[in-house]
Amino acid sequence: MSVPAWSWSPEVWWTLFGHFLALSLMSIGGAITLVPDMHRRLVQDSALLSDADFTGAIALAQAAPGPNVLFVALMGWYAGGLGGAVVSMVGIMLPSTTLALAVSRWVSVRRHWLGVRAFQAGMTPVTVGLLLATGWHLMPPLDGQPRAWGLAVAVALLVWRTRIRLIWLVLAGAALGALGVV
Amino acid sequence: MADTPALARPASLRELFIAFTLLALQGFGGVIAVAQRELCERRRWLDAREFVDMLASAQVLPGPNVCNLSLMIGDRFFGWRGALTALAGMILAPMALMLLLAWGLGEASSLPHAQGLIRGALGGIAAVAAGQIIGTVLKLSAPLREHELGWPACLGLAALALALVVHWRWPLVQVLLSLGAAACLVSYALLKRQAARQAGPQA
Repeated sequence: MSVPAWSWSPEVWWTLFGHFLALSLMSIGGAITLVPDMHRRLVQDSALLSDADFTGAIALAQAAPGPNVLFVALMGWYAGGLGGAVVSMVGIMLPSTTLALAVSRWVSVRRHWLGVRAFQAGMTPVTVGLLLATGWHLMPPLDGQPRAWGLAVAVALLVWRTRIRLIWLVLAGAALGALGVV
Repeated sequence: MADTPALARPASLRELFIAFTLLALQGFGGVIAVAQRELCERRRWLDAREFVDMLASAQVLPGPNVCNLSLMIGDRFFGWRGALTALAGMILAPMALMLLLAWGLGEASSLPHAQGLIRGALGGIAAVAAGQIIGTVLKLSAPLREHELGWPACLGLAALALALVVHWRWPLVQVLLSLGAAACLVSYALLKRQAARQAGPQA
């Protein structure tokens, strides 16, 4: 279904670039929060991607190393080859990166302002809850895949309480998954 | 945490780039867990409280939180060049690897057996990734014990944020604008009272 890696398709690239550029500044909480929007734009409205490629991109990026936002590069890859991957990543990152850098500089100069300190103090516990919610959503379902669920819980305890190298846990998970244990 | 020897810093842009590349390549299913390990515990560029404070700002801004976090850390050590270097380290190598993987999976589509193995392995990794995030967040909650708002209030805020998203399915922006804003206002009042108390013992 997907196009060849070296496909030359500037019109597709422009379309991808425009969509991701427009979505970038809305991606509060990460690009993953925009998945419904992306589905509407790329699959339903413009048919740049098949449904299977769309979900496949998210699943693969979730498991592969690196920030989860790389699923955007994969969508670009499936729709427009290597060029599509690059323009999609630039589109999603450029506006948010510029804003984040500007704001964080503004804040770090004013680190001792009461307002800035209050903002960080107030947001920190809320962030902890929001990150827990992210982990919660990624948990395998307890009734559908009880063994995968148990693996996730065991990993959570190990990461919290020990200093075990994370890569061993990943390798163990991959092995158990490939053998069909979880 | 009591065990905090003096913090270190990267010696060069090159070291910064390599550090972020290595940590991104170890971050299966998300980078927060590895970032916390590498930056706070192994390299000691940040302490746990700074990490969670930066993560809070990174979370509120648009863009992936770990990418915003790398921008902030890079900027802090080497200005805008550091910011771009850290971000490039976070993205370039994992992106190349991921495209290679996608290409390989496409090639392997004629081999159903290999496909099954790979899908199984990816499923196992996804379960581990979920556990890693939860374990890391539990670890990150440790500095909240010395938080200005107090430990019980922090626990309550975190639990409420979790419940709003998971149980009541609020969009993240709505949680930030209501619960987040309220927490900031209370912190502001509290810090202001503290400052007034410190300023005026002579009264």
